Amino acid sequence: MSRGEAGAGAGGAHGRPTAADRDPGLQPERTRLAWRRTTLAGTVAAVLAVRAALHGGASPGTVVACAVCCALWVAFLLVAQRRIVALARSARPAPLSARQATAAVLCAVALAVCAAALVV
Amino acid sequence: MIDFVRNVRLWFAPEQVREEGSTPDYRFSLANERTFLAWLRTALALIGGGFAVDQFLPDLRWGWRVGLALALLAAGVLCSLRAVNHWVRCERAMRRGEDLPTSRFPALLGVVVAVVAVAMVVVVLAGWEG
Repeated sequence: MSRGEAGAGAGGAHGRPTAADRDPGLQPERTRLAWRRTTLAGTVAAVLAVRAALHGGASPGTVVACAVCCALWVAFLLVAQRRIVALARSARPAPLSARQATAAVLCAVALAVCAAALVV
Repeated sequence: MIDFVRNVRLWFAPEQVREEGSTPDYRFSLANERTFLAWLRTALALIGGGFAVDQFLPDLRWGWRVGLALALLAAGVLCSLRAVNHWVRCERAMRRGEDLPTSRFPALLGVVVAVVAVAMVVVVLAGWEG
């Protein structure tokens, strides 16, 4: 566990991780890509949602549902982007905050509620 | 149940998680985060599946179609809520130096997905016959 103690000074002069303090297991990069994959999964779900909303013709209700789905997708994108920026900033990133995790989950739950409203 | 309510409070109060115990190796926290994201992807896939059943099986009877779609959507909601709950519990266990929490949820989700898949096969075959 001696590697963990080098944490404070990580980041180098330009604020970017340098080769010397890079994690050989590439944990921050893997986590960054996991966020990207999750964003992609969210995009697929949002595209299906918009398709479902617009399939039955453009009534006021479906337009609202469509707008809500797009807003949820943007919100998830913002959460993911903030976390990705935080992960890229240092070689020893701080753990995910509970608020970000909850925000990401609430986007997914709200999308499901939106879907249930569209299906019924 | 009381544990669950206490965990829900922790989702919104990250400072409380941080106060307990000592900060674990950052790699363990990142691994926990990736597990959380994998569960969130599973949840999003289930939600997408709910949309897909509704849209790509239009010949099904209304009741079956809506029932299957709602089952998948409910599984997605459950899966995402469980993802954040499990993440909080793991994070806290690592800070306190305790064993990681065990869970029956993966087995439960596996059974539910298998049942929904069999139901879909039956429904599609029945629809094809008629």
